[in-house]
Amino acid sequence: MKKTEKLHEPVFQIAKRGSMVWYKSWAIRAVAILFALIICALFITFITKTNPLKVYASMIEGTFGSSRKIWNTLQNMALLLCISLAVTPAFKMKFWNIGAEGQTLIGGLASAACMIYFGNKVPEYMLLPMILIAAIVAGMVWGVVPAIFKAKFNTNETLFTLMMNYVAMQLVSFCIVFWENPKDSNTVGVINRGTHSGWLPEIFGQKYLLNIIIVIAITVIMYIYLKYSKQGYEISVVGESENTARYIGINVKRVIIRTMAISGALCGVAGMLLVSGTDHTINTDLVGGMGFTAIMVSWLAKFNPVFMTLTTFLIVFLERGAGEIATKMNLNESVSDILTGIILFFIIGSEFFVQYKVNFRGKHKEEVK
Amino acid sequence: MTNTPAIELKNITKTFGSVVANKNVSLCVNHGEILSVLGENGSGKTTLMNMISGIYFPDEGHIFINGEEVVIRSPKDAFNNKIGMIHQHFKLVDVFSAAQNIILGLDEEKKFDVKSASAKVSEIAARYGFNIDPDKKVYEMSVSEKQTVEIIKVLYRGADILILDEPTAVLTPQETKKLFAILRKMRDDGKAIIIITHKLHEVLSLSDNVAVLRKGEYIGTVKTAETNEAELTEMMVGKKVSLNIERTEVENTCDRLVVKDLHCINREGVNVLSNVSFTARSGEILGIAGIAGSGQRELLEAIAGLQHVENGNITYIDPKTGEEENLKDKTPLQIRDMGVRLSFVPEDRLGMGLVGNMDIVDNMMLRSYRKGKTAFLQRKEPKSLADEIIERLEVVTPSANTPVRRLSGGNVQKVLVGREIASSPTVLMAAYPVRGLDINSSYTIYNLLNEQKKKGVAVIFVGEDLDVLLELCDRIMVLSGGKVSDIADARTITKEEIGLLMTKSQQEEVPENEEN
Repeated sequence: MKKTEKLHEPVFQIAKRGSMVWYKSWAIRAVAILFALIICALFITFITKTNPLKVYASMIEGTFGSSRKIWNTLQNMALLLCISLAVTPAFKMKFWNIGAEGQTLIGGLASAACMIYFGNKVPEYMLLPMILIAAIVAGMVWGVVPAIFKAKFNTNETLFTLMMNYVAMQLVSFCIVFWENPKDSNTVGVINRGTHSGWLPEIFGQKYLLNIIIVIAITVIMYIYLKYSKQGYEISVVGESENTARYIGINVKRVIIRTMAISGALCGVAGMLLVSGTDHTINTDLVGGMGFTAIMVSWLAKFNPVFMTLTTFLIVFLERGAGEIATKMNLNESVSDILTGIILFFIIGSEFFVQYKVNFRGKHKEEVK
Repeated sequence: MTNTPAIELKNITKTFGSVVANKNVSLCVNHGEILSVLGENGSGKTTLMNMISGIYFPDEGHIFINGEEVVIRSPKDAFNNKIGMIHQHFKLVDVFSAAQNIILGLDEEKKFDVKSASAKVSEIAARYGFNIDPDKKVYEMSVSEKQTVEIIKVLYRGADILILDEPTAVLTPQETKKLFAILRKMRDDGKAIIIITHKLHEVLSLSDNVAVLRKGEYIGTVKTAETNEAELTEMMVGKKVSLNIERTEVENTCDRLVVKDLHCINREGVNVLSNVSFTARSGEILGIAGIAGSGQRELLEAIAGLQHVENGNITYIDPKTGEEENLKDKTPLQIRDMGVRLSFVPEDRLGMGLVGNMDIVDNMMLRSYRKGKTAFLQRKEPKSLADEIIERLEVVTPSANTPVRRLSGGNVQKVLVGREIASSPTVLMAAYPVRGLDINSSYTIYNLLNEQKKKGVAVIFVGEDLDVLLELCDRIMVLSGGKVSDIADARTITKEEIGLLMTKSQQEEVPENEEN
C-alpha cells in the first residue's frame, strides 16, 4: 500500500438541522437581509459613487414618500397578494400552476368584454356582479382545463398551464383588434371614460380602497379555508402524499380539479380588480409578470396567507424602491432588477442555513474540549 | 499480520445536531474473524459502518487499518483501504449483467473488458462457493442472487474487510444458511468480516465476537462462545426482557373475510397475484409469510380497495347480521360507507398510513375528518384521541402537535396502529408492523394485535420474521410469486417447512394443493 500523504478531514461538512426555535430562524433571515443590504450598498457606491444610505432613503421615499405613493404601494400589494393567494392552494397541493399570468389575463379580458358590451346598458348594481361572475368563470376555465388533463391523463401541469398563458395572450391581442379605440391605435384605451360604467366605485374618496378591502377579505377567507376547512385539509393531504390520500379514500382527481377551479377563479378576481378596479383598459401586458412573482411570494411565505402579506410587502417595496432610485439617480431600470436580485438571492439562500448546519474543519474539536 | 487487527476503531463519536448517533465506540476485528454488531434499530449500527465505508465522517476518534491510522473521507478512500460494504438496499443497475455491474465504476486504464471480468468473477465464485452466472441480467435475478453480486463486487475490488448491513433481512432460512457457509469460508481465507444484525440466533450461529450498541453507546464486546441469548438481549435493551409472545386459543371463531380466486395485475402488466383464496376468521391471527415482493402488499391493498382486481371475489361477512357484502371494485370510501370496519396498517407508514409533515392530531383526523355536517374541521375529538394514544401506548413525543416525521420509527408506528385500532375494526390488516422497531415497541405491537384478536377481530398479519410469525399467528398462509403455496397451522408447521414453501413456485411447477 502506498504511503498516503498526510490526510485531513474534509474542509467542511453539511448536516441537516433538527427543529429550530422560531426566533433563531428569524435571526438568520434578518442577518441575511442585512448582508444583502450591505452588498447592495457596496454595489451602488461602486457604480454611482453616491452615499448608499442616501440610496436607501430614496427607496423608502419611493414607497412611502407621499400619501399617493402609499396608496399606490398598497394597491400594488393588494393585486400581487390576490394572485399569490390564488396560486397558494394549487402549490400546497403540489400542483405546479405557473399559469396564473394567463388565468388573471383571461379574467381581465372577461371583465373588459362585459364593460364594453354591457356598460351603459345595464344598471351598475347588475353590471358589477356580472363582471365579477364573468371574470371568475373565465379564470376558472383556464385553471380547470389543465387540472382535468392532469387528473385524467396525468399530463404535465407545468407545461400545460404555461402554454395556456400564451393562449390567453393571443386571445387578448385578437380582441384588441375589435375593441381598438381610437381606430388604428392598436390599444383599447380607457373603457367608458365618460360614464365610468363598470368601474369599481371609489369609497371614502379613495379609488383603490375597495380593491384593498376585497383582497384583505380574500386573505382572511383563504387562511381559514386552508387551515380549518375539510377541503383545505384534503388539499394538504393530497399535496403531502397522494398515496395517503388514496388510502383514506380521498378522491384525488376531484380534489385536483376542485382546487384548480378555486385557484383559477381567484386569478379571475385579480383580473377583474386589474381591469375594472385599476387600469380600466386591457392589453397583453396587463398582469406584467405578477403571475410568476406570485409564486415566489407564496413559497417564501410557506403558503401561509398571513405571512404572505409580509412577503408581498417586501417584493413590492423592492420593486417600487428600486424603480425610484433608478429614476432619481439617473440609472437604468436594470440596476433596480440587479438590486432586487441580490436581495432575493440572500433571502432565499438564508433558508439553506435555516435547514442545514455547516461544520468547518477542526472547529467542533475545540468546542468539545 | 495476524497480531495486528485488520481494522480497529478507537473512541468514535458522531452526532447529528443534538442527537448522538455514536458515542465513544471502539471495535476491533482481526483477519480471519467474524464480528457481529448487534443493537436495536436506532442504536447507531449503520451510522458506525457508514463511517468506516466513507459515507459519514466521524466527529472524533481514530480508525486504524492493519495498525496504521487512516482517514476515510469518501467511499473511494474506503475502497483504497480494502474496505467493502454490502448495503441493505442493493445498488445495482437492473439492465446490466452481473459482470457488468461488478466492473461498473472501476477506473481501470484498460478498456472495459467484460470477458476477462466474467472469468475473474467465476474464479471468485468458485473459490468461495457462490452460485452465479456472470452474464445473467440483474432484473432476472432473485434477491439472494443480487446480494451475491454485491458481495462479489466488493471482493472483485480486492476488499479484505467486508461489512454486511442486515444481510439476512431479505433471505429465506435456506438462503441464509448458504450465505453463512460462504461467510465462514471467507473468514477461513483470512478476511475480516463485520455483520450488522439484530437477530440473536444468527449472531450466535455465525460470529466469533459480538459487539453490542445501545442508543449510540458502546456496551461491550463478548466472545460468542461465552454468551447466550438472554445475556445479549439484556446488553441490547439494558434490562431483562421475556421474549415470549402469549398466544391464546382461538374461541368462537366465524368466517369474516372470504377471498376467492383473486387475480391482480400491476401497472407494468405483470401478474402480481393469481388464484389467491383464503378465509380470515374472527378472533384469530392469520399470518402471511413470503419473500418480500411476493404479492403481500398487493393482496392487502386489493382488500382495502386500493388495488384493481382483475378476477375473483372479496366477500365480507357482517358480524352482526351475517350478511355478505362484496368488497371487490369498491373504493376505500365506499367500503367505509357500507359499514365495513376495515383497518389497515400499511407497510409504508409515512408515505401511506400517515402524513409526515402533519402533527399527531391532524394525522388522527385522516380517518375521521369527514365527520360533522359543516365544511369545517373538528379538531377536538382527534386531539383527545391523540392524547389518549400518546398516554396509553407511551408514545414519546414533545406534544400532540409535533409533526410525526420527527418521531422515531417505533413511535410513528404506535401512532398509526393506535389510530387504526381506535375505530374498533372488525378486520385489522397489518403489513410488517414491527419493521424497524426496537424490541420493546415490537412487543407492544404484538400485544395490541393479540388484544384485538381477543376482542374477536379478524387480524391479518404480514410479517418477515418467521420466528415471530410462528409464535404469534394461529394460521400461516405462505405466498410465493403471487400464489398461495399453502395455508398451515402455525402450531405444527416448522420454520424450515415455511422456508421451502416460500420458494415453491420458483422451483419447478408444482401442482396446486390447497388443503388445510
